[in-house]
Amino acid sequence: MKFEDIKESMIKGDYDVAVIGAGHAGCEAGLVCARMGMKTAMFCTDIESVAMMPCNPSIGGTGKGHLVFEIDALGGEMGVNIDKTFIQSKMLNTSKGPAVHSLRAQADKEQYHLEMLKTIEDTNNLDLIEAEITDVILKDGRIAGVMVGTDAYTARAAVVCTGTFLGGKIFIGKNVTVSGPAGLPPSTELADNIAALGIPLRRFKTGTPARMLRDTLDYSVMKEQKGDERITPFSFLNEDKEYDKEQISCWLSYTNAETHKIILDNLDKSAMYSGDIVGVGPRYCPSIEDKVSRFKDRERHQLFVEPEGLNTDWMYIQGMSSSLPEDVQADFYSTIPGLENATIVSPAYAIEYDCTDSLSLKPSLESKIVPGLFCAGQFNGSSGYEEAASQGLIAGINAAASLKGMEPLVLGRDQAYIGVLIDDLVTKGTNEPYRIMTSRAEYRLLLRQDNADRRLTEIGYEYGSVSEERYQKYCIKKEHVDSELERMKKMRPGLVKLQKFLINHGCKANEENITLYEVLKRPEIKYADLEEIDDETRPVLTRSEAFELEVMVKYEGYIAKQLQEVEKLHKLERRKLREDIDYSSIGGLRLEAQQKLNSIKPITVGQASRISGVSPADINVLLIYLEKEARERREQN
Amino acid sequence: MSDTITAISTAPGEAGIGIVRISGDKSLDIMKTLFVECPEEVRARHAYFGHVKDKDGSIIDEAIFILMKGPNSYTGEDMLEIQAHGSNVALRDILRESIRAGARMAEAGEFTKLAFLNGKMDLSQAEAVIDIIKAKTDLTLGIAESQKEGRLSQAVSSIRLSLLDILAQMAVNIDYPDEDIEQETYEAYITDLRIALADVNDILRTSTVGRIAREGIRVAIIGKPNVGKSSLMNALLGEGRVIVTDIPGTTRDTVEESANIDGIPMVLIDTAGIRETDDTVERIGIDRTRDALRESEMAVLVIDGSKALDEEDEAVINLLSYSGKDRVLVVLNKSDQGAVVDADSIRAKLPNAKIITTTLVGLGALEGSSLVADAISEIYNIKGINVRESTIVTSERHIAALEAAADNLEQSIYLLEDGEALEITELNVHYAYDELGTIIGEAVGDEIIDTVFSKFCLGK
Repeated sequence: MKFEDIKESMIKGDYDVAVIGAGHAGCEAGLVCARMGMKTAMFCTDIESVAMMPCNPSIGGTGKGHLVFEIDALGGEMGVNIDKTFIQSKMLNTSKGPAVHSLRAQADKEQYHLEMLKTIEDTNNLDLIEAEITDVILKDGRIAGVMVGTDAYTARAAVVCTGTFLGGKIFIGKNVTVSGPAGLPPSTELADNIAALGIPLRRFKTGTPARMLRDTLDYSVMKEQKGDERITPFSFLNEDKEYDKEQISCWLSYTNAETHKIILDNLDKSAMYSGDIVGVGPRYCPSIEDKVSRFKDRERHQLFVEPEGLNTDWMYIQGMSSSLPEDVQADFYSTIPGLENATIVSPAYAIEYDCTDSLSLKPSLESKIVPGLFCAGQFNGSSGYEEAASQGLIAGINAAASLKGMEPLVLGRDQAYIGVLIDDLVTKGTNEPYRIMTSRAEYRLLLRQDNADRRLTEIGYEYGSVSEERYQKYCIKKEHVDSELERMKKMRPGLVKLQKFLINHGCKANEENITLYEVLKRPEIKYADLEEIDDETRPVLTRSEAFELEVMVKYEGYIAKQLQEVEKLHKLERRKLREDIDYSSIGGLRLEAQQKLNSIKPITVGQASRISGVSPADINVLLIYLEKEARERREQN
Repeated sequence: MSDTITAISTAPGEAGIGIVRISGDKSLDIMKTLFVECPEEVRARHAYFGHVKDKDGSIIDEAIFILMKGPNSYTGEDMLEIQAHGSNVALRDILRESIRAGARMAEAGEFTKLAFLNGKMDLSQAEAVIDIIKAKTDLTLGIAESQKEGRLSQAVSSIRLSLLDILAQMAVNIDYPDEDIEQETYEAYITDLRIALADVNDILRTSTVGRIAREGIRVAIIGKPNVGKSSLMNALLGEGRVIVTDIPGTTRDTVEESANIDGIPMVLIDTAGIRETDDTVERIGIDRTRDALRESEMAVLVIDGSKALDEEDEAVINLLSYSGKDRVLVVLNKSDQGAVVDADSIRAKLPNAKIITTTLVGLGALEGSSLVADAISEIYNIKGINVRESTIVTSERHIAALEAAADNLEQSIYLLEDGEALEITELNVHYAYDELGTIIGEAVGDEIIDTVFSKFCLGK
């Protein structure tokens, strides 16, 4: 819709930013824009969809937990909200090093939704509007607002976070319904209208398993999965808070040969195998049909039975998504120990939806095609609540930043998993719903949960997404850790004392009177142990301060090595590429490189170097071209 | 801090001098590491004469070191020039030591690129630089392409595949701790990594053959006076450049000549005869034979097969035996004048030797020389190797990458044995994988994650 065609009478509201969708991306985008002083409207087709968890009832996990810590460090809401509403909490990977410790919490879905709703309602500058956005308004090619049917809302920027609602279609066997997730109304008109603007759309699919009634399951034959005894919260604001909440267990069971036989016998009835679904599904989240047919030699597949909340009888059957007909689902689920007599309250289904090719986005998550249109979440081809929230936050920050005349926030691959996630999407693109993994990060040792605040909080503070309270708390923690590190580098306990201490702790004795800092490098020694040989008055460090300090000391060598690698990256990241470079005019670039560079328009040489099809030699040619250009400019002046 | 780069700057082949050039912040550090007589304070643009040492402190060669401080250098950065003797072996060793000391192999055209980027060249030269990079890259790509079917590429690919499996397993163990998948034990990782390391080391050893094919072989031709060494030399060279007489000891000094046998460049070193003598020149000749044996990779011992072995023959045989050479050809010459010396008696003394019987003068010379040539290429198993396939720089790059891969694998095994965290030990495996990737020119992509999903059944 053109702005010129909007009559005064059609205008129902004036905003700075319009956020389309109120899922995990939309909530972060809406909240951060409002917190950065923008008058913001959030639109959703149904109020139920606000911070709804249409699939698994958990937040975090490997890589995803890191994202939540980072969202939190930047002043986002996800960590705070899950800390209010978790019913079980577990730190994964504690047998490995601190860089891959990953927190995961089971959520009370309803509470999660309600608490987020409350936060939105309590936030200044933020309106939540239940209405389906049907079109966007453009003025001189830029976003000028959004349309709800014939009603107009003006806005200087918009954030699209439509999730699985955009062109949503649900598949259960042969049964196909036009629908958003969990039976909520889909968005039907917006897709065509933005496609008409030249935004490239495609179909992705995902799936969710059945839900079963709590009391119809037999827990005696399943293995109980408990939470941690001592709970680590996600949010830095809750750091070192003690939780004595009663935790709810999850349960582990397995499929068997009979389950597999039923599935294989009925494969032709699965929507995914009948060819009805055109969308591409994620490899890391396969349906049970996929698992059974692709991994025929596996005798069993595990599944987790997870409660969806305290005030609901619904149990989520993790690992068992499917698009088989309901009767076949009933048959195969009932072969599983513990599920024999289960009542299915909601069948498994596959859902297909419209999303964009993420290569059409800038690293700021602004569309390259429609200025002022920012995009986040599943619309960008990602999957997962945490991935969505991360992008929602960045898209929101950048929508607000663009209106304030600030440079966009683009996090580096060495700064945050959020940076890795967005760079992968906008530079490499994705052919399936994208999920973060720690293995996607080159600088995994630098991107830890424990230092998310140190990596990001100051940045968030500069942009205005981080509250004064959080910033002050952060400064105090940083000061505590840094000054203790300095003290430890100077303090020497005395040789006799030191040797006795080392032997007592099963370490090799030392010939020299080394500093406490050096002593802590010994694998056997914890920070708390040092008290025995510390003559000075020790500062009282919190649990998380001590943890961060320990990691910084013990991994110093490895961290330093990664920092060297990062320096190489930075050299290329510092070389900016203008948007208007015509790569086909640069002799020496191979044709494939010219085409890729012209279509992706990287903003730095570093980003260019990560595009598949651009070789190191092409990068050399590019560097020389840039230098040549710079000199020509200098000569003209 | 930018990388410090290194390369042999003079053309491959035997020459009076050869230059290894280094550019970058570490130039001075590398000089201090490699230069035996390095002074405390190094003056820029000052020629220092002395010795180059390797990491064990052994002397590689005599050399002149010249340090240039940026921006007053070709590239505009600190630079070090090491001018040594022009032997491929020595230059390669110096190059390798400079890499050990912190430099990396220069890319095609990189010195020139730096020179341009640092403002040491004018604008009109920019296009030329691009052409150099492009041309060299095309060449490198061509080589990579032609080696696609080759053994090196296959061997490297198969090691990468096994590393990929290890990395995928590590990735699954780290990213899917909840899944119904065995957490691989450290012992199992160590076993697999040891196999990969042994494979890398095997390639490193075979790379010697490839290098010889490109850089040539130094062959010492030895034997007591007047058995036909110079005749052999002449026959192989196809020209009469070495004086051939019947008077023992005519060849007073070692004579070096380049020849090409089956496409393999060779440097033939004709030595003075060995004789117990008071003549100083002759004695030096004996020392030179020893030197020649030490400096060469292969020895051809010429014996007059028509006469029984005498004291002098025995002396040469002993000298050869002590040298520990495993590539030895014994030519029983003058077969036209009768066969007195028995091959078995030689074999008893030189068990590794290949022995042929021929005549190297007169009408038999042509046939004789081709017999010798065949024997040499047989010993090296280099028949049919395409010498023009690659360049000395490329091969050094391969060796550097293989060595870096081996170092990283060793480090990962060490860390696993030490019980270090998985995500830390994984890094070294990853680096090794990337290093090997540079040999076959494969871009690093998402193979690990792809492997994870194709190999393991994962997901909620």
